[in-house]
Amino acid sequence: MPAKGYVEISVEGCKGCGLCVINCPTDCLALKTSETNSYGLHYAYMTDEDNCIACQNCAVICPDAAITVYKKAS
Amino acid sequence: MKEGYKLIYQKPKTLREKRMHYCPGCFHATTHKLMMEVVEELGIQEKIIGVCPVGCSVFAYDYMDVDMQEAAHGRAAAVATGIKRMHPDKIVFSYQGDGDLAAIGIAETIHACNRGENFTFIFINNGIYGMTGGQMAPTTLEGQKTTTSPYGRDPKKAGLPLKMCEIVSQFDSVAYVERVSCNTPANARKAKRAIKKAFEYQMQGLGSTFIEVASNCPSGWKCTPEESLEWLKEKAFPYFPLGVFKKPEEV
Repeated sequence: MPAKGYVEISVEGCKGCGLCVINCPTDCLALKTSETNSYGLHYAYMTDEDNCIACQNCAVICPDAAITVYKKAS
Repeated sequence: MKEGYKLIYQKPKTLREKRMHYCPGCFHATTHKLMMEVVEELGIQEKIIGVCPVGCSVFAYDYMDVDMQEAAHGRAAAVATGIKRMHPDKIVFSYQGDGDLAAIGIAETIHACNRGENFTFIFINNGIYGMTGGQMAPTTLEGQKTTTSPYGRDPKKAGLPLKMCEIVSQFDSVAYVERVSCNTPANARKAKRAIKKAFEYQMQGLGSTFIEVASNCPSGWKCTPEESLEWLKEKAFPYFPLGVFKKPEEV
């Protein structure tokens, strides 16, 4: 059974490049197209927490280090 | 943090809180982050000195929480040479883009490598002059459109792109040369390992170490960050292959 986890994405730190979204293996991230942060950028958010496997791909690829990853303690 | 969960990844503490000015999706920011993760892992924050170039990364000293020195355009290798000779016990790196290292500063780069100056080059190769508005650089690919090559780079007039890793790997005094990228999480992890190895070889005093990051420039290439990754894969990697070009013999 894959590991469980969740990510926290800093709304103001995200620049909306979408690299985390295309590199998420379980497609549980998306860009918020209806809202923007104070810089006018569509930020990324977590759509489906149940699917996150805490692989850290989004955090490694994020240029602005806006993502913090937590893993369920086994 | 939620109950029952543990923190496994966060922004490195050696990276300042200040918001970086880079465009969305720029590998400059990714490379800053990876380098600062390495500094944190090796515990060398107090022992490392960086040299900033002129270019997009001119404000790198605002983002990396280590000692930094700004150099004149192209002269980062010369400044790093001076710093390393005065402080041989410190770890020194120069952080340069392609306009800085491969165009105006190629003489300093070549001679510093030929002398085997014991510091690390971090070379961001995005194939364009990003800061000044997307002009043709020495590393612009054949046929690539820029503001100064609107019909694409013509090799008859402008020559072919410079392959810096291939050039510097010919010197006996250079210890370690690798070209990496950050286009996928796997490649970003490899890039981090390469930077770590380069710093370790420098600490062993093996000679110059040279890491080229095949980078993107969504603003200069006039595309989205996602399209820039496709361009890298389809156009840049066939000409700038990733991999290790030179490594110390005993490893």
